Amino acid sequence: MIDILIKNLPIIVVLCPLMTSLLVVLIPNIFFSWILTTLSTFLTFLFSILLYQEIQIHSHISYALGKWMPPIGIEYIIDKVAIIPVIIISGISFIATIFAYEIMPEEIEKKSISKVYSLWLLAIAGLLGLVTTGDAFNLFVFLEISSLASVALVAMGAHKDKQALVAAYNYLIIGAVGATLYVIGVGLLYGITGTLNMEDLTNRISDLNNNRALIAGFGFMIIGIMVKAAVFPLHIWLPRAYAYAPSAVSVLLAATATKASLYILARILFSIFKNSENLINNTLLFVILPLSLLAMFAGTIMAIYEKDIKRLLAHSSVAQIGYITLAFAIGTKASVAAGFIHMFNHAIIKGGLFIAITSIGFYIKKRVTINNLSGLGKEMPITFFCFVICSLSLAGLPLTAGFISKLYLIKASISSDDIWIAILILISSALSVVYLWKIIEVMWMRDGRKIVIKENPTIYISLIIITFLNIYFGLDASLVVNGSFEAADKLIGDLK
Amino acid sequence: MIAIENFILITILSPLIVCVLTPFISKNTILRDCLGPIGGVISSWGAFNIISSALNNQNTTLEIVKITEGVSIGFEITPLGAIFGLVASFLWIFAAIYSVGDMRGNKEKNQTRFYSFYAMAVHAALCIAYAGDLLTLFIFYEVLTFSTYPLVAHKQNEKAQKAGRLYLSILVGSSVILLLPGIIWVWVATGSLDISPNGVLDGKIDEAYAPLLLVMFVFGIGKAALIPIHTWLPAAMVAPTPVSALLHAVAVVKAGVFTMLIVLTNVFGIDFLAKTGASEWLIWLASFTLLATSIIAIYKDDIKARLAYSTISQLSYITLGGALATSIATQGAALHIITHATGKITLFFVAGALYVGSKITKISELNGYGKCDPLIFLAFFIGSLSIIGVPPMAGSWSKFFLMLGAAESGYVVVIGVFCISTMLNAFYLLEIPARAFFLKNEREVNLKIPKLILIPTLITSFITILLFFFIEPFQNLTSMIVSKI
Repeated sequence: MIDILIKNLPIIVVLCPLMTSLLVVLIPNIFFSWILTTLSTFLTFLFSILLYQEIQIHSHISYALGKWMPPIGIEYIIDKVAIIPVIIISGISFIATIFAYEIMPEEIEKKSISKVYSLWLLAIAGLLGLVTTGDAFNLFVFLEISSLASVALVAMGAHKDKQALVAAYNYLIIGAVGATLYVIGVGLLYGITGTLNMEDLTNRISDLNNNRALIAGFGFMIIGIMVKAAVFPLHIWLPRAYAYAPSAVSVLLAATATKASLYILARILFSIFKNSENLINNTLLFVILPLSLLAMFAGTIMAIYEKDIKRLLAHSSVAQIGYITLAFAIGTKASVAAGFIHMFNHAIIKGGLFIAITSIGFYIKKRVTINNLSGLGKEMPITFFCFVICSLSLAGLPLTAGFISKLYLIKASISSDDIWIAILILISSALSVVYLWKIIEVMWMRDGRKIVIKENPTIYISLIIITFLNIYFGLDASLVVNGSFEAADKLIGDLK
Repeated sequence: MIAIENFILITILSPLIVCVLTPFISKNTILRDCLGPIGGVISSWGAFNIISSALNNQNTTLEIVKITEGVSIGFEITPLGAIFGLVASFLWIFAAIYSVGDMRGNKEKNQTRFYSFYAMAVHAALCIAYAGDLLTLFIFYEVLTFSTYPLVAHKQNEKAQKAGRLYLSILVGSSVILLLPGIIWVWVATGSLDISPNGVLDGKIDEAYAPLLLVMFVFGIGKAALIPIHTWLPAAMVAPTPVSALLHAVAVVKAGVFTMLIVLTNVFGIDFLAKTGASEWLIWLASFTLLATSIIAIYKDDIKARLAYSTISQLSYITLGGALATSIATQGAALHIITHATGKITLFFVAGALYVGSKITKISELNGYGKCDPLIFLAFFIGSLSIIGVPPMAGSWSKFFLMLGAAESGYVVVIGVFCISTMLNAFYLLEIPARAFFLKNEREVNLKIPKLILIPTLITSFITILLFFFIEPFQNLTSMIVSKI
């Protein structure tokens, strides 16, 4: 029994949320649909932990769907690289589901809650499928599943604020363009190589060094994924979508959605096209690197001038995505590892910040803008404390997870002789202190209206868990660091 | 027999325990007020034991948690740290007694919060003293800043909050923007954050970059108050006097110069500095700070402001001693940590006593007060002599070594700087007892100083004399800072 389970784990991780999403929609009761969703995300998380252990032994698990052997059939691959986004997505979605219990009924019509949970699970399944599949076209399918589900989820915010519809529409159109570009790229590649299996693609591409169709296909794929990953300047859908989505959805999307696409970006750059070294090096140097640096500063500066806190955090996400792509752009083993470290850490940091801010919104029953925050630090000590810890983590101060990211990012850039990059990283993180301090100062030092708020344990429990993770991975980073270095080793170990 | 690792824990944890316990017994004010001095006694008992083990050249380390490769949090006994730890914990006893007198005398609000954060600040300072690596140092450096913020803004009026904001933004800003990146640079260059008596950077870093790295450290350590990042210190004088006395004459600023000395001797290493000349610019900056702030001090009529500028000037002696990069100058710098601390805390105690006794804040108001309470002005006189460097006060030793160091390193101009500064010191410090004793006031003068304030002040002034005769163990320790191989 256990054997069969373990053998089929790569597909079970995807199927578990996918199947429950079909079940949940049948349950009208709010509480039971939530229980089922929680159970499902918990099981998914459990399965990904099992997968993690399995990976420690086998290091590469290939699963042929329906026993159709690759390269003909669809293959699911879990290796030391893929396991990182799998853990991030399943872990964060579990925490976000716990958080959703109190928040969801507040913002969404009672009768549509079970449908929302269904979409919620569908989005999670899509993201997990995205990172586990080894087939370029199957990837497109999951990309669409997760995108459409997320668009619908964002649109659910319309119950509270009609702006959500505009945000969802933007997200839909831009996302669809991105996915289309990706699928055109895949089409071109299929035309010249005759395969859709990623490993097979890698091997066949090596013979076609300067093929125009290859370069065009690569370009389409990269740009399509960069739209999904919200790489500057293709991020324009992101701030609105995060800001107007229902609170729990913001948490889920902010912490997981872009991570999956970033992982795909790394896969395309360092795995599928690893034999076209020239092409990749040029892309890294002339496209990804400048865009990442722009993202770091544009995102941070936008955040400094932003008054609406959810949008502020979304702009900050753009900057943080910039750090991750920057790490990829440097292109050494150490820097790619740093990128994965930050991918993980940023998920727990942004998850924490979004939970804190949206639960404040839950209590004050208004949009969370900087002026509405006055004096809340005293009213909500637990939420405020957790928010401060996560902020420190985002700014990269020692004893928090964010410090570890910055440490390895800077180390990687200095050891590849790009000291100026290290300096830019430091300037940008110093700037991020500006907008974080602005929030903290208002909450802590300004006197607000006298409103009595009683913090609700079911809401702050998830915040405490995620804050604890921020501190834990700041104190004992060995798990994340080793995992990321193994991943980087697997991705580009034999190259550089 | 208690293992020496445990003495580290005893020393650093007793103020933390005081900090945590204080809010719980806030109802019983007598017990609450006794907690500080008791904690101080226990803590300095540990610090004395640490000093004796440091004298025996024992190498003791205590690792708390290992974060990742070459990054950990841990404690270690270094000769310099042992000295700073003793200064901070021992003077805490008297400062704690004094602060009870001061708080009661001024009928301050929020006394429990005050005592709690006061102990927290001492805890952070002690953790800095025994920090085993740069990360631990940095973390507690920040803890010290944050724990002193509520003390600076204690009065909670507009002025205090503005000063508090300036205090936080300069200290946190400089350390996050410059000190932390500097530390990360050291980690990247050497692969670890450990410190070693002979420096860790020699051969690990391009010599052309060494001055740049030093710039990051020097301006990152805002607590050392070099121009132009000294402005937080005069602003912080809005705090109640016990804070100015212990923290802004001893714990906080000494943590700054201590960090500076650690960076100069244990990270760069004086041989490396002497070889590359990386610290030459620092000699001139410190000399400039030293003279400029002495001159500013002359024009300050507010007692605490004058003492604040005097403190900035004296801190530059220590930075200068480190920057000269000879073993004798370093020795002088380390001794100056002790001698200036005892001298300056006495001066601040007196300034607070005058405020409690008669609400005096200006020097020009002091005429004729010497008659009312000669003892308090005598204490001030002794403290001033020590800071000026007149034997038989402790301060003469450190100035002597600093001058020797300047002569040895060949910077003759620096000797001149020391001499001019000594004259300026004498000019602006001795004005206070001179006015009190020799000038007459037309109005009736009246000064009532509580026992709890008078006694610690007299004791610390007595210690400055005592230290002159018992400097030998400290001198032995300081000679180990750089020659320990």
